This record gives sequence, structure tokens and C-alpha cells, in this order.
Amino acid sequence: MLELKDYRTKVHNDWCPGCGDFGILNAVQMALFELKLEPHDVAIFSGIGCSGKTPHFVNTYGFHTLHGRVLPIATGAKLANNALTVIAVGGDGDGYGIGVGHFVHAGRRNLDFTYVVHDNQVYGLTKGQSSPTLPKGQRTKSMSGPAIVEGINPIGTAISSGYTFVARSYSLDVRHLKETLKAAVLHRGSALVDVLQTCPTYNDINTKEWYAGADLPTKSPRLYKLEETGYDGTVKDPNDSAEVNQKKAQAIVRSLEWGDRIPIGVFYRTQEPTFEDMIANRMPAYKEVPLTKQDLFNRDVTTLFEDLT
Amino acid sequence: MRASEDNIQSHVDWIDLLVALDKETLFGDIQKEYPTHNGHKNEVSPGGGIIYDAALKLKPEDIGRPDVNLYPIPYLDVLISALKETGHEHELSKYQVMTNTVAFGASTAMIDYDFNIVAEAIKEGFTGRKAALGELNVKAARHGYDYVKNTFHDGFAYKLHPVPMKEKRMLIRGVQAVGIAKFRAGCAFQTYYPITPATDESEYLENHQKNYNMVVVQTEDEISAVLMATGAAHAGVRSATSTSGPGFSLMAEGLGWAGHTEAPGPVIILYQRAGPSTGLPTRTEQGDLQFVLHAGHGEFPRMAIAPGDVMECFYDTFDAFNYAERFQMPVVVITDKFLASSYKSVELPDASNLKIDRGQILTENDLGKGPYKRYEFTPLGISPRTLPGTRGGIFHTTGDEHDELGGITENSENRVKMMQKRMRKLQLAAELIPAEKKVNFYGPEKADVTLVGWGSTKGAILDGMRDLEADAIRCNFLQVRYMSPFPSDLVTKFLSNTNRKVLVEGNYSGQLGSLIREHTGIVMDYKVLKYNGRAFSQNEVYEGVKQAIKNGVKEVVMAHA
Repeated sequence: MLELKDYRTKVHNDWCPGCGDFGILNAVQMALFELKLEPHDVAIFSGIGCSGKTPHFVNTYGFHTLHGRVLPIATGAKLANNALTVIAVGGDGDGYGIGVGHFVHAGRRNLDFTYVVHDNQVYGLTKGQSSPTLPKGQRTKSMSGPAIVEGINPIGTAISSGYTFVARSYSLDVRHLKETLKAAVLHRGSALVDVLQTCPTYNDINTKEWYAGADLPTKSPRLYKLEETGYDGTVKDPNDSAEVNQKKAQAIVRSLEWGDRIPIGVFYRTQEPTFEDMIANRMPAYKEVPLTKQDLFNRDVTTLFEDLT
Repeated sequence: MRASEDNIQSHVDWIDLLVALDKETLFGDIQKEYPTHNGHKNEVSPGGGIIYDAALKLKPEDIGRPDVNLYPIPYLDVLISALKETGHEHELSKYQVMTNTVAFGASTAMIDYDFNIVAEAIKEGFTGRKAALGELNVKAARHGYDYVKNTFHDGFAYKLHPVPMKEKRMLIRGVQAVGIAKFRAGCAFQTYYPITPATDESEYLENHQKNYNMVVVQTEDEISAVLMATGAAHAGVRSATSTSGPGFSLMAEGLGWAGHTEAPGPVIILYQRAGPSTGLPTRTEQGDLQFVLHAGHGEFPRMAIAPGDVMECFYDTFDAFNYAERFQMPVVVITDKFLASSYKSVELPDASNLKIDRGQILTENDLGKGPYKRYEFTPLGISPRTLPGTRGGIFHTTGDEHDELGGITENSENRVKMMQKRMRKLQLAAELIPAEKKVNFYGPEKADVTLVGWGSTKGAILDGMRDLEADAIRCNFLQVRYMSPFPSDLVTKFLSNTNRKVLVEGNYSGQLGSLIREHTGIVMDYKVLKYNGRAFSQNEVYEGVKQAIKNGVKEVVMAHA
């Protein structure tokens, strides 16, 4: 019987006290446990940044890669062994800044994997510069002035790029995050979970209190759950382009909502053939046996030489 | 195109039979602001011949080569006669391009070639729906052929006869040799981003992937290409990527991650082209040797192998996969545009005896109760690996410095041990790779001149050596094939008791010369260099070496286009 502790390692954790990363780490471990995934059947990949250390704390195969480059490495591993459950984690600077090219193209492929982005609007590991998700005009404490460029819209970008599961959650709502992660892992195709997260050390704007709405006259939380408002982001018929377009449009409109009311939950979800399906169309054997398990070492290349005679 | 009964491996800069399809072929484009050549008529050897269009109405003095034979042929008239015979004369505008075939047929008549072979070759190019067009082209070639036979009776000096073949031969390019080696080696995964001239190889793989279950992915850039292949290698398959200079520049950081995390690959094929930046993107150069050896920040182990001809491309690529897995490091195979694209006639190799060696892989049964140490310190530096998905084999890896378990640590003692462990593998590779793979040595042990080179200049050097011998200059040739680990002992052995050492390289600075000096202290006496984007010819090796040693010119720069 697997226990939750089987997904934990003994590696010392040096994140700042109160860091939102802890909520994400716990949710990842709980999601894997509740999905009853064997640790050795899971591989977690990360980029560089505070979030990059995540794999070291999870007892699965773990790859701590380069800044902005987690998605190509995770993609290569998944394609080599499509029996693995692949989860990529990274920060907002990592994924939406230096790695945004890979972010877009990973969506185009619709590879069956989950991408969890720690979205705290700052570069924590380099001491608080603005990240690509910090809105224009905002100034966190280590910045010399307010941001003079627009923030990126991760949800809208993901939908435009082809992700077939696009959701947002909050690191301090571990239950919601865990359920969102489980749905993302179970989804066949590229899944983005953008996780709003506090950085108690460098982001003095989007704090725990701010998300809780302490500064609002109503004192009511800024975050609300899409599913509790009757919002339905799931495409029923992927072949119905009118429905697909309508669902994408409503998701993008909803993703622009920011300020006093911020939606979390599943913005958009559909079913399309995965990258693996498309490869299997070309090579039927690919669907049945992962490349790592195929005997490719006794290939006869005589005909290739004969072709050239 | 060059043909001979002997085993020739390079081109020459003169032309024995020039087939000019238009005026520019003869006179060049010197009227342009930046002319590219002043006419191939000047390159025809004395006693050679020029086939050209009689419709140009040139007088012999216009061409100004009284020492060559002129064969004016009315291309269009001959084509019309061919079209008339098949009832296509009303479609002249559609078929006018076939004047090329007329000229081709005429050239084969000049050298007394068997027309049946010519017809067969033409038909091979037009299969399926185009078969009828093939027949028409054969007719056009035949008319060109007959025109020559009926018109010119002076007897052209150069003849080409079929040679009886002992073994079956094929016509193969470097990109194909590399591609077939990848299939043979069990490579399961290839990535690429389109770039000249590397893409031809990936397209070759794509065309055959279905029969061999190879996943080929066109990525968003070369950063992704190298890293996707590295991820696949870590996951347990043999993987590769192919690129040229600009793409390899983008791969530098990824190469470091692969080396640092001791990934069992990827194999990177670098088809050098003339740089820097975009440079001469369709031309060749040997300008990336030092870059390959130093790409990426910090110090990490990598192997670099430089095949010298098309079959070495095959064998070295095959070996690269064995070594990548056995020594757990990225391997770069350095070749170039010239080898990638040049067709060479060679015997078919026997690929059935090649041995696959995947290095030490632990399975569930090999793993004990305790935590598995992916980066265990071992006497030889290699830590047996597990493949993700193996029960009990869970590991963590990171581009940070790490301990035996793959956990991040800045411990100073561990750092030193880990650096030594990683670099030890390169030393081990140097000990285990057979000498005959590392260098090739040609010619007598003692010679007046020792030529030193690497990569695609091999063919021109071997052919040029025969010209030097004929000129009573006794020479031998050291071809360096392994650049990392560098075969210092072998190079020292072959170069210590030489007379004059002449470096022949296709770059500006003599990069192999620098490398030899770095590792052995041995200094080249002369350099013959070329960096105009064109490959060395046989005669350039002869001319360059002769100018160096006879006139004492320390550095000779060849520049034939």
C-alpha cells in the first residue's frame, strides 16, 4: 500500500518560510498519492528558479534542468517513454519569460503531460525583479520603479497555443490545487495549471492578505471558483468548431479578469488527438510499446544501402 | 563530376569537357557589380573540349582558347528534330528545357559512353507518371548523341568505358551514411530545426522512420532540439540531433547540461558550413573544430569525432552512440557541407557485424534495498544508470553541482570529486578506444613531407599526395579523427620524427594545428589553408604544399572557387 510519505524525500528544503511553493509541493505529492501512481512511473521536470528545486523534494524520477528549458527536456523524455506520467514545473519567469517559445510550441503539439507554473509575478531567486506576469504599473519592493511593460496573459496564451486543458489555481488553497492537478494529470493532452502564488519575501503587493481581500471594502476574497458560478469551460463536441470557438472566446475573456475579482478553476478543456496519437498514426508500433521497450538494436539496414546502388 | 578507373576521392580545378548550357557558363558574369566568376572557358584543360550552343554564333576567337576543341551544337534544332520524331513538335515551349538533355547526350557521345547506360540513367529519374517524359528525354539525348557522332570526327581525347565491378557499389552522400548509421545503431529519436545543409539528413530519416520506428521531431529551435534529444537519452533511448553552425551555437548551454548530468547522449551531428554568423550558408568550411571542443560554459566531458570520408561518417556515427551510452556523455560528430552533400561511389559495407554496447544499465533485479546512487563515485568514473520507469531505480538529476544521489550541494570536497569523476570518463574513453579509430596514417613511415589534416580534406590530401610523389616529393599523411579525447600519444608518435610538417585545413587559423600544439607541443612547419567556402581540390593540395616547401612560404592560402 502506498502512503503519502512515499512521495516525499528527505532532502532539506531551503525555500523561505511561508513560501507559496510549499502549497504547490504538497498538492503535487497529494495528487500523485490520490491518483495511486507508482513513484517510479512518474517523472517530474523543472526549470531554474525557486520552483526548480521541486523535483528534489518529490520521490519520483526527477530532472532539474535549465532556465526556461524544462519543456523540451520533458517532451523528449515523454516521447521516449510514453508510459511515464510526466509533470513539468517551473516559475513564471522560467516558463513565460525565457522559455515562452517552448511554452507556445508545447501547446501546439498537445503532448500528454502537465505543466505547473508557479506564478508569483517576481523572480524570487534573483531577489525580486519583475516577472512577465507582473501587470504594467505595478511595483514590488525591490524594483526601482513600476513595471513599464504589460504583463503576459498565461491562460489566454495557452488557449491560443493549443493547450487542451487550461486551468488556474492558488497555492494556498491546497485542496483546490490538488483537485485541479489531478484533473490535469488525468487529462489526455497538454495541460497547463497556472498557480497563483505568494512570495512573502519579494512580492509585497499580491500577498496572502491581498488575495484574501483584506484591503477591499467588502473584505471578501478576490479569488472565486469558476465552477461555482455556473461557468463551463469543457468542450462537448471537439468537432463542432462553433462550440470550440465559443468556449475559447469565453475563456480568454474570463482570463482578462484581474483586480478585485480573480477567477480560478478550469477555463478551457477539450479532447484532441495527442502528439503521441499523431506519431502513432505514422508508426503504429509506437502506440503499443514505448520506444524504450522496443528492440531497435537489430535493425537490418541492407535495403537502405541497396537503395543507393 | 569526376570519374576514373582509379579510386579518386576529390575533385580537380580543371575541366576536360565543359558542357556550356548558356553564355554565362563560358564567359561568366563579369558585367555584374559583384561577379562570381569570369567564365569556365578559362578552366578547360589544354586538349580538352567545350560543347556549347551553336545558336550563340561564337567565332573561335570569341572564346579565345585555340588549345581546346570546340563543339558547337544547335541545341534547339536538335531538340526539334527529336520532338518531331515523337510528334511533339508543337509543344516546343513546354519542352524547351530539354535542350539540357540534348547537351548531356552530346557529351556522352564525345566520350564514347555506352548510350544504353545513358538511357537507363535518364529513365531512373522519371518514374511513375513521369515515365513518358523520361522516354522523351531519352529521345532528346539520343539526338544529341547522334548529332555529335555524325558531325565531329576529330576524335576527342577523353573516353569513358564501363569498368567491370568486382563488388556491388553504391552512390552515397554523407547525410545518407550518417542516417543509415543512426538506424543501424538503434537510434530511436531524432530532433532537428531546419538548417542548411543538415536538414537533408533529418529528411532522409523521416522518409524511412516508419520502417524502423524512429521518432523524428521538428522542433521550435535548436535549443529545443538538443534538449529534447537529451531528455530522450536520459529516459533510455538512443537519441540524436543534427545541425550546422548557427544551430550549434544555440545548443551550447544544452550541451553543458547533458555533459554535467552525465546524459547517455545525445549524438550531435555538426555539418559545418562557412561562418561566422550566417556566413556562406551553402558553402563548406572546417571552422568549428575549436568551438565544438569549447562550446558551453565551465568544464565538462564531451567526445568529438571527425570522420574524413563518407564511410567514416557511417562508422563514426555508429560508434558515437556506443560511446555516448557507455561513457554517459554527449558526442559530437563533426563533418561538413562538403561531405554531407558530395556523392561518392563506394562498395557496400557489411553492417551486420557491428556491435551495440549500451554500457551499464541496472534493472529492478540489480537494485538493492538502499537508495540508488545515480552518481556513485566509482574508480573509473562511470556510475551504472537506471532507466526512468524502473522500480527501485528512482534518481534525481540536476544541472547544479550534486552529490552521489543527485541532490544539490555546494560542498567543496564533493565538488572536486564530482569534477574528477566526470572528467575521468574522458580519460577512460581515451584508454579504451582503439588506436586505429583515433587516427589514420597513410604513406611510408619516413618521408620528406608529412601532411596533417582532418575531416573532409582527407580525399584531396590523399589524391594530392600522388601528385607530390610523382613530383619526387616523398610524403605521408596523418589524419586526426578523434578530437576529444585527443590522441596525444599517437599524434606525438607519428609527428616526432618527421622532416617537414605541413598542416592542410579548411579554415583561417589552422585550428587542428593549434590543437596539436596545445596537446603535444608540436608545431607545424607550414600551413596550407583555405576559407573561401570551397573545398580543397586535389591540385590545390599539390600546389599549396609545393609552394610551402619549395618556396618556404609559412602560410599558403588557397582560393580556387
